[in-house]
Amino acid sequence: MNKKIKKIKKNNYKYGFYTNIKSKTFPLGINKKIIKKISKIKSEPKWIKNLRLKAFKYWKKLKYPNWSNLNYKKINFNFISYFSKIINNKKKNNKKIINTVKKLNLPINNKKKKVAIDFIFDSISLKTTYKNILNKKGIIFCSFNEALKKHSNLVKKYIGTVVPYKDNFYSCLNTSVFSDGSFCYIPKGVKCPIELSSYFRINNNLIGQFERTLIIVDEGGYLSYLEGCTAPIRVNNQIHAAVVELIALKNSTIKYSTIQNWYSGNNKGIGGIYNFVTKRGVCYDNAKITWLQIEKGSALTWKYPSCILKGYKSIGNFKSISFTKNFQQIDTGTKMIHLGKKSKSTIISKSICLDNSINTYRGLVKINRKSKKSKNFTQCDALLIGNKCISNTLPYIIVENSNSIVEHESVISKIEDEQIFYCNQRGINKEKALTIIINGFSMDIIKDLPLEFFLEAKDLFKIDFKNSVG
Amino acid sequence: MLNINKLYVKINKKIIIKNLNLKIKKNNIHILMGPNGSGKSTLSYVITGKPKYKIINGKIIFNKKKINNLLPNKISKLGIFLTFQYPIEINGITMYSFLKNLIKKKKNKLKIIKKNLKKLKINKEYLKRYFNVGFSGGEKKKNEILQMLILKPKFIILDEIDSGLDIDTLNLIFKIIKEYLFLNKNSSLLIITHNTNIINYINASFIHILYNGKIILTSNKIKKTINYINKYGYNNIKNIKLL
Repeated sequence: MNKKIKKIKKNNYKYGFYTNIKSKTFPLGINKKIIKKISKIKSEPKWIKNLRLKAFKYWKKLKYPNWSNLNYKKINFNFISYFSKIINNKKKNNKKIINTVKKLNLPINNKKKKVAIDFIFDSISLKTTYKNILNKKGIIFCSFNEALKKHSNLVKKYIGTVVPYKDNFYSCLNTSVFSDGSFCYIPKGVKCPIELSSYFRINNNLIGQFERTLIIVDEGGYLSYLEGCTAPIRVNNQIHAAVVELIALKNSTIKYSTIQNWYSGNNKGIGGIYNFVTKRGVCYDNAKITWLQIEKGSALTWKYPSCILKGYKSIGNFKSISFTKNFQQIDTGTKMIHLGKKSKSTIISKSICLDNSINTYRGLVKINRKSKKSKNFTQCDALLIGNKCISNTLPYIIVENSNSIVEHESVISKIEDEQIFYCNQRGINKEKALTIIINGFSMDIIKDLPLEFFLEAKDLFKIDFKNSVG
Repeated sequence: MLNINKLYVKINKKIIIKNLNLKIKKNNIHILMGPNGSGKSTLSYVITGKPKYKIINGKIIFNKKKINNLLPNKISKLGIFLTFQYPIEINGITMYSFLKNLIKKKKNKLKIIKKNLKKLKINKEYLKRYFNVGFSGGEKKKNEILQMLILKPKFIILDEIDSGLDIDTLNLIFKIIKEYLFLNKNSSLLIITHNTNIINYINASFIHILYNGKIILTSNKIKKTINYINKYGYNNIKNIKLL
């Protein structure tokens, strides 16, 4: 490899390496046969196979979505492999995986950082840690595949209840071909003593990753969940289309944090992951869901973690930092659907926009006729660096009753030269000065991150600004 | 130490400093006065390398090194320090995490910072507050002096450090500055001010009057010059040469 490329990789994206490992990969294309094959290789229950086929039938009829603010070449879904699994039982492979885990800095077998982790590599969950300790408290934490076998009834009861397959193009595709993911159940009154997490790694260069996460927190329970993801540096675009469903029953709390750090493409806009994700949670009486996200990677992001505030006094929060550079495009935001009385939602979205990137906040606040005395507060701040980037704020607000309150604040600012000069005058160079200011801008949200497992916070916005500022 | 020679400066196509000459030696205190808009702050920005201030002619030499085209952070590293008239705020960044950057290579950062906080009578709780956010005018100025003490510069420009300060803070700040100059014998000071009381706080060796981007008077008769300004203002400034 060219030394220069090596250097770029080292500087900009620590996780851009590829693990050379033997795997079984399905041929390219999507059809009934492939779906049956996925179902078979996972030896899953019949009802899930039927669900897949039903979804696929519906998907074929769906129109390709083009309403978002994203510009890209139409995806050919027959140029994707829908399943790849490393070949097991070989000592060599084991070593390679252990090495990969080390390079990714994952806290598997790390006694200092107590976090349970479900590690998903391409299409399959490779390891789930702390399962036994959690089991003692009645907590179920395992791969989706295992859940389908061991906790079939729970999965059957809740899957598709928050994000039905008919919801949208990508949730429908996901339902047809999903390969694995994480499952979690917190029993009544149990506060999960450690952080749980999923880590998604795309390795194979032909696959699309389609995983599902289903989390159920029973009455009075508490869970803090963290999700991270990375992929190798490649010139082709790969697709990642996930579905996450959260069910927060009466009086329970779920905090779901994401650090999305997929490969974002190079400074000419070549390569990077296309990230199409449907995340949604439902809150029953007095329940609370907080979505916290740091969107930093991917060439394209299409993602709206949402809350259905079904219950009385239920609470939904969405806190997001989206950071785009080069030719990245992010279209993200949330939907807060107020159905219950006195429900409350807060949206804080911060976007930081560099180079030629496009950063769009798109959000819906809908207060139903019956959701009386409800409240929403929305704040969208954007920070622009340079003259070529674009930042959009697209709030949709629907209020169907007369005693609810909706507030919306939106501020777009450019980094002030005065601030940079001040730092310069103290001997701090321009790059470091920008990093300081951006970190300050994002602090409201960074400080709420549960713990810094996948990425040290100080590394979050440590980027090469040389191209961005003249 | 600092030698400015035939300097012309342009900003937004307008020439605002014309043929300016200024020499400041080691261990010297100079005062720079002049009416509003005469170019005092501009001069401080040009010396410290602020972008958009274009030097079209002339030289700025600092310790035998030409600093005309250096980046502002490089100029700072040479030991030139400016206290800002209106210090900026940085939301989300604590005082401590900002100040740490000033002494990156030192081991006992917290100790150094705390020692200087004490001198300035700033409560150490301030380290947890966001940089200058919600600070009073006086607190912001103290923060400037704090950074001066931490950075230990060789040449210091005080740009209206005395504006908007109460008498006690003013006394404290000048006491600290004098002490600093006493301990750092090679350091020099350029005081930009409107305050003719300045001579009650510090003994300078020279006073310069800047008028329309040009130094029209340099004198070591500080008291006499200041008395003249107090009496006649800058309007009859040309006659000041007769002093």
